[in-house]
Amino acid sequence: MNKLVDIKGLTKNYDSLTALNNINLELESGHIVGLLGPNGSGKTTLIKILCGLLRPTAGFVQVDGHNIGVETKSVISYLPDQTYLNGNMTIRDIFALFVDFYKDFDLMRAYNMLNILRIDPNAKLKTLSKGNKEKVQLILVMSRRAKLYILDEPIAGVDPAARDFILNTIISNYDPSATILISTHLISDVESVLDDVIFLQYGNIALHASVDEIRSREGKSVDALFREVYRC
Amino acid sequence: MPWNLDSDRPIFIQIVEHLQYDIVSGVFQPGQRLPSVRDLAAEAAVNPNTMQRALSELERDGYMHSERTSGRFITEDIGMINDLKRQLATAQIEVFLEAMKRLGLSNDEIQVLVKENMKE
Repeated sequence: MNKLVDIKGLTKNYDSLTALNNINLELESGHIVGLLGPNGSGKTTLIKILCGLLRPTAGFVQVDGHNIGVETKSVISYLPDQTYLNGNMTIRDIFALFVDFYKDFDLMRAYNMLNILRIDPNAKLKTLSKGNKEKVQLILVMSRRAKLYILDEPIAGVDPAARDFILNTIISNYDPSATILISTHLISDVESVLDDVIFLQYGNIALHASVDEIRSREGKSVDALFREVYRC
Repeated sequence: MPWNLDSDRPIFIQIVEHLQYDIVSGVFQPGQRLPSVRDLAAEAAVNPNTMQRALSELERDGYMHSERTSGRFITEDIGMINDLKRQLATAQIEVFLEAMKRLGLSNDEIQVLVKENMKE
């Protein structure tokens, strides 16, 4: 199987603080992977390095056989944990912006999903509820035909019905040749959707295993194992 | 409706069991065409790769078969489906008998209780 993500000896320091400590990680195509860890464990740092928003202090990082740069950005579809879109734009305008920016953006698919949600494309982003804003941003990200989707906290702060919609969107738009990396605290909600999980702890990878491997080995859910590993 | 899955057992095994129950109870009729992997995964709210693995397992056991272009179908072998039904029922009865024995009931007492309850 082709290595989609290949990380060797990756370290990231912020002054005296080590956010990622010499980590090695390989991800294959065709998996849905959960990136789990408490606050400050290095999840967002790792994601930002993959997306080219932060530079590593040391180490080797490749996505789809390329060093981080223009080629990797064109195959990564990234949902940041905070919005960067202009709230005064209408959804129609934002869709048009994405068509300009990304040649793999599927406009039909985006409108179809918007239709299911009965969100008015002429509405300005800032007029939407928090849950609908999250959904629109997920639609933007999942409407691209990328090789690697990176979703940073996609289900934080939305109601359970919105959460179901988001997970359903992820499953039904999932392309078997792509990989989706989802960072979250809400493990029990996403657990049945994941192939593999990665536990980050103090900038190290504490565990990288499949969900069913963990369940059959430990006799408990990933959520329960997480609570045990990270008990305060 | 997402399928009801336990949180402490492998998801793969639970999907296989769920589909077996759907086959013996007639939710999926003999010879019926199954929905796509993606649709089944979305309905169950589970990972499509895990759903795919569960279907392959059931295929290996002969409960379904794939036609290259037209999809995946439930077996038309009624005898095989009845055997599966018997097997699943036996497993449930074993669990039940175990629980009754823990209550200190003899086999005769269990039979009497079961008959009484079935009349109601």
